[in-house]
Amino acid sequence: MEFMTDVFGFYFGTFLVILGQSLLVIVLILVALAFLMYADRKIWAAVQMRKGPNMVGVFGLLQSFADFIKYIVKEVVVPAGADKPVFFLAPMLTFIFAVVAWVVIPFNDGWVVSDLNVGVLYIFAIGSLEVYGVIMGGWASNSKYPFLGALRSTAQMISYEVSIGFIIVGVLLSTGSLNFTAIVQAQAGYGALSWYWLPHLPMVALFFISALAETNRPPFDLPEAEAELVAGYQVEYSATPFLLYMIGELMAVVLMTALLTILFFGGWLSPVSWLPDGIHWFILKMVFWFFMFAMAKALVPRYRYDQLMRLGWKVFLPLSLGWVVFVAAAAQFEWFGGFYVRWAVGG
Amino acid sequence: MTVTVNKVIKRFLLADFFGAFGTGMKYFFRPKATINYPHEKGPLSPRFRGEHALRRYPNGEERCIACKLCEAICPAQAITIDAEPREDGSRRTTRYDIDMTKCIFCGYCQEACPVDAIVEGPNFEYATETREELFYDKDKLLENGARWEAEIAMNIQLDAPYR
Repeated sequence: MEFMTDVFGFYFGTFLVILGQSLLVIVLILVALAFLMYADRKIWAAVQMRKGPNMVGVFGLLQSFADFIKYIVKEVVVPAGADKPVFFLAPMLTFIFAVVAWVVIPFNDGWVVSDLNVGVLYIFAIGSLEVYGVIMGGWASNSKYPFLGALRSTAQMISYEVSIGFIIVGVLLSTGSLNFTAIVQAQAGYGALSWYWLPHLPMVALFFISALAETNRPPFDLPEAEAELVAGYQVEYSATPFLLYMIGELMAVVLMTALLTILFFGGWLSPVSWLPDGIHWFILKMVFWFFMFAMAKALVPRYRYDQLMRLGWKVFLPLSLGWVVFVAAAAQFEWFGGFYVRWAVGG
Repeated sequence: MTVTVNKVIKRFLLADFFGAFGTGMKYFFRPKATINYPHEKGPLSPRFRGEHALRRYPNGEERCIACKLCEAICPAQAITIDAEPREDGSRRTTRYDIDMTKCIFCGYCQEACPVDAIVEGPNFEYATETREELFYDKDKLLENGARWEAEIAMNIQLDAPYR
């Protein structure tokens, strides 16, 4: 106990509060994730006129939990030639990075574990690190398909991170802050019309598509491309490590929906001024965007690798870069009556 | 030139994606095509070739006369028959084995049988936990015949006009 007070000293209480907050966020998100995974499968099934999982629990609602138990109980198979420590570290990294990114996401006014002033940079750094989970997994499997999948994934994530970066820079130019709470507050005013989706409309589509690529979702799921690479970097993974990969990936998807909500759709702000703001708006918007992610998976055929690269470097990069220049000019010279500039801090 | 311009505009407005989205939402609310398998089952043709059965006459006498035509025609050589005269002098099988792991469900045994004794019935749910359970002997086949007689008789009757 003495050690504890020595280490944490005066801040022991603060430490407990932070721990509690983090656990609350993690548990709630994991539970939500179970149902989102179920929703993902149901939406996919419905578009194909199938029923989807409907056996476990009422309407199959407990399917994800049954899957969870199955993944935990199954045997962990490790290839003989695998680099064991890296092999097990990789899915853990994917999972951890997916979880820690949530620290800076404000769910409501002030409901944020860490109100970082550089929240956007933090998310961006974590997002870049996520690629390590994939490339380490692909390399440590010591097998050609996982390795090819990992290489593809690395190239893909790096390419689309560039355009995502520029898209976010546009929003930052409008806000003048890297703090997510400030970004949301800058969108307050006339309900849905004052959110950033209107001034940054083309970038919403670009961000959505880049997010699909960044999270390896269809139509950009080349690293997994089961037709060519069996399952890409996941080939050799089974049981719990595979579960970690799956949760990590889905969590990255949900994080992207949260980012879309915060950056372009006003976070917890109400779309109409006579209704109160609150976390329910945040959740509703996230669910809507998750629905879009699921629909994209159901609708769009997979891209070829060269098409993916061409789209990333020859279309998205110039478009988003041009947009940054445009927004910067609009903000500097106050075109459109300050439509593009809502500087919350500094200026 | 106009075609190219139109194409580019369509591409930048994500026309294809929104079109597909509309189609997807249309199908989203359509009635599902899924059959809830263990609870609902699809229709089977009278000619369906499922699990084998040896039939009996209504008076309880076995139909099989041990002519071994099925054994001869079986392309997978899954059928093994031994026969000798019974006490009453009629020719009967002492052994009638079908190795269900070899069987390719071609239905030739049923076609070859002059007395409609060996048939492939409508049952397809006979998965077993061990391989040995799939080596059917005469008792098992006769038991199948007793169990599925009503369905088998109906199927043979329905298919009779086309034979």
